[in-house]
Amino acid sequence: MLKAMGARSIDDLFEPIPVEYRLNRDLKIPRQMAESEIVDWFRERSRENGDGHATFLGAGAYYHYRPVIIDSLISRGEFLTAYTPYQAEISQGTLQSIFEFQTMICELTGMDVANASMYDGSTAAAEAVMMAVRLTGRRNVAIARSVHPEYREVLATYAFHQGMPTATVPFAETGRLDGKALEKAITAETACVLIQSPNFFGTIEDVQAISEIAHAKGAMLVVSIAEAVSLGIIEPPRAADIIAMEAQSFGVPLTFGGPFCGVIATREAYVRQMPGRLVGQTVDRNGKRGFVLTLATREQHIRREKATSNICTNQALVALMANIFMTIYGKVGFKELAKQNLAKAAYAAQQFGKHANVLFNAAPRFNEFVVQTSEDPYAINSRLLGHKIVGGLPLKKFYPELGNASLWCCTELTTRSMIDTAAGLIAESERSQEAGEEEPSVEEVAK
Amino acid sequence: MAKHMTRKATRHVNQNEGLIFEKSSPGKAAWKLPPLDVPEVDTKQLLGSTERKHLGNMPEVSEIEIIRHFTRLSTWNYAIDLGMYPLGSCTMKYNPRVNEVVSRLDGIANGHPYQPEKISQGAMRIMKTLSDCLTEITGMDAITLQPAAGAHGELTGLLMVRAYHDSKAKSRKKVLIPDSAHGTNPATAAMVGYRIENLKSNSAGIVDIGVLVAQMTEDVAALMLTNPNTLGVFEEEIHKIADILHAKGGLLYMDGANMNALVGKVRPGDFGVDLMHLNLHKTFSTPHGGGGPGSGPVAIKKFLEPFLPKPVLKSKPDGTLGFDYDRPQSIGRVRSFYGNFGMFVRALAYILANGPDGLRQTTEDAVLNANYIRKGLEATYDLPYASPSMHEVVFSDKLQAKKGVRTMDIAKRLIDYGFHPYTTAFPLIVPGAMMIEPTESESKEELDLFVEAMQSIAQEVDEDAELVRTAPHSTRVSRLDETAAARKPILRWKPENATS
Repeated sequence: MLKAMGARSIDDLFEPIPVEYRLNRDLKIPRQMAESEIVDWFRERSRENGDGHATFLGAGAYYHYRPVIIDSLISRGEFLTAYTPYQAEISQGTLQSIFEFQTMICELTGMDVANASMYDGSTAAAEAVMMAVRLTGRRNVAIARSVHPEYREVLATYAFHQGMPTATVPFAETGRLDGKALEKAITAETACVLIQSPNFFGTIEDVQAISEIAHAKGAMLVVSIAEAVSLGIIEPPRAADIIAMEAQSFGVPLTFGGPFCGVIATREAYVRQMPGRLVGQTVDRNGKRGFVLTLATREQHIRREKATSNICTNQALVALMANIFMTIYGKVGFKELAKQNLAKAAYAAQQFGKHANVLFNAAPRFNEFVVQTSEDPYAINSRLLGHKIVGGLPLKKFYPELGNASLWCCTELTTRSMIDTAAGLIAESERSQEAGEEEPSVEEVAK
Repeated sequence: MAKHMTRKATRHVNQNEGLIFEKSSPGKAAWKLPPLDVPEVDTKQLLGSTERKHLGNMPEVSEIEIIRHFTRLSTWNYAIDLGMYPLGSCTMKYNPRVNEVVSRLDGIANGHPYQPEKISQGAMRIMKTLSDCLTEITGMDAITLQPAAGAHGELTGLLMVRAYHDSKAKSRKKVLIPDSAHGTNPATAAMVGYRIENLKSNSAGIVDIGVLVAQMTEDVAALMLTNPNTLGVFEEEIHKIADILHAKGGLLYMDGANMNALVGKVRPGDFGVDLMHLNLHKTFSTPHGGGGPGSGPVAIKKFLEPFLPKPVLKSKPDGTLGFDYDRPQSIGRVRSFYGNFGMFVRALAYILANGPDGLRQTTEDAVLNANYIRKGLEATYDLPYASPSMHEVVFSDKLQAKKGVRTMDIAKRLIDYGFHPYTTAFPLIVPGAMMIEPTESESKEELDLFVEAMQSIAQEVDEDAELVRTAPHSTRVSRLDETAAARKPILRWKPENATS
């Protein structure tokens, strides 16, 4: 090949690189490994990473069962190794599947249009807020404190650099948004109110009431949904103007927090301010139905600095997982799946509540709840870990005012025996606290 | 069309398939839940008015129908697994399957981002090892893996640029961007609140030093530079560019989209780059998956370290790893959790499978392949810039346009020859651009077939331009009406517009 192009050596092809910058040594990285060594290396890491533990963790990343056909199908090279479907004639598989994804997201959220995906729930929420800013021409944002703390952090990063002032709205004793505080927080400059439902505590917000407060002052309502399985049994936030979702619960593995799958859904009137890719139906020259990426004039490759967002690569293959998951459970299974989640969490809250203080009982919840213990939850979790069970998320870091509270999640994969084991340890903890027994140091487990 | 039929592709039957909703009928199911081991609940009592009654038009189908549905759809896609995918700037290289296997190991696939550090050491070790490899490959000092894609990396990088200037109590207003840049560059700079100033390229297609000197002021925060640039040309005067920026206190940001031309041969950190993003889904072989997920780590020089997004991975005195959240000067979070971790696993598996020798050879082969195509086609297609090519080559449709055939037509005709099109109409500085990036994955046989196909199409343009203008002729659907799709958008299926 070198001869064909009249070069003497491969180095000729690298002539444009100034000599002084060329790397004349090996990179200091591990030596080349055989496939068997690579698998072994990662197996070792997998073992060091909680392999074989059951979990009560949720908080924006949910452990649901993943039907096996999801991986069989997404492993097909035609899906896995294809690029963004810009060349529609040879990308109809990807395009039609995204069209079906958009449709099912609309069906589940009650919105008119949904995009092909965003990076995750947190960036979807931030982009939805910026969309509301563009739509209203206002710059302030009111954010519920019961929105996932990391979503709020991401929004703060985006908002700060956009020069968007933000106000945080507290939660009431019910765990729901404090309506009175919300009324005070909204001004004539408020572009939108951002809430999450079910919120970070698992509590379902009164979306209708919140929307009335927001809309009365000309602000939009953006609702974040972090636990998408809730849509099987919880009424979707139809009063929202924009929904920013995390679809990880739909058949996407936890994988230590990513890749996940954000989605934005909204009303038809707002579609031209929507970020991200959209697939639309059209016809070919012979009148045959086909699908294309559409409304691209919103996007960076056409509009450059005037685009609605800089997003290019999204989470297509993860959206395909979600798509297949939604197809599998469908109209009936979805409801049954959500019902099991509801029942398991209700049982757990009841069992835990016999010994400790379950917060926010006055409002309905889905599959997460907050428990307040007398003892530091890290200590209880440490004992639970001895049973190869990961306990709920201690909330001190995010909500110091809640003291020894922790957030527990139950899904269809949580067994009664796990719940009973955890409830037993909480009971023991409360008894020993009452008896004033000396506790083992929590220093080590607190990490 | 038979005259120039291709050696690579042949027509074959594929299955028709409607939308999943059109296959749905009540009673069909592909799911099964275990018996509930806790008491049933009264949903009405628990949820009251928040209970959902109807799930709209969600489908009801059986498992074999789902398998067939998506398998049939998949056969309508072109993919790297089927053949060469020469999209310039996209680096469509082979996606090794061992990467998929290791990313699905139990402790990796089921690792929860909030599980205790004690049982997260495996995941953090993967992040640490990948971080170390990437900082060495780029010649930088530190890195964040948090950004979810290239554009997200750009955003993270520019936020750090901004935080850096703000920390000097000297905010700057402008970002310089060459006219050959990816669209994400100006879109990102706008999102961070910068004014964009276009930098005109010189006749060789690279940064015009005179123009840069004239435009570089103390109000410029950074230059966003792709190197090699989108013409596939290495910025030979990169050291001067860096010096000009630095002399006025500006930073050199490198868009690492084209890092596949450099790995193991030259390090951006050595030629003056202050910060850059990488695309793990380009250079480091993680699958494009029909448009994502990607991963866009940002590598930086030491002085930018305080501004990294949080949390930052840290080694603790006892040898274990942990996350450091106490970062007062951090730009904050750009994503929940720690980034697209599954992509870190795949990228690291790729690096381990290659090692120093393999990575160097990968780069050499990528550049060799691009130059082989250039040689094979330079007599047939117009080469607007004669500058030497690195990993990709940009031709134009100038010669064929005389017959009314444009770059998109030639691209579509390539489909009939069994190839995915090259990137069309980009970079913007080349009218009718045809941007070709073969990557290292292609054999000489596949490259010869591609060259042969491109030459054959050029001949067709002379003999029967209409044949090319109306291509593709062998696909399930012919060219689709994009104008109609945008004018009256149909973005979802509805029962009332169902076809029977």
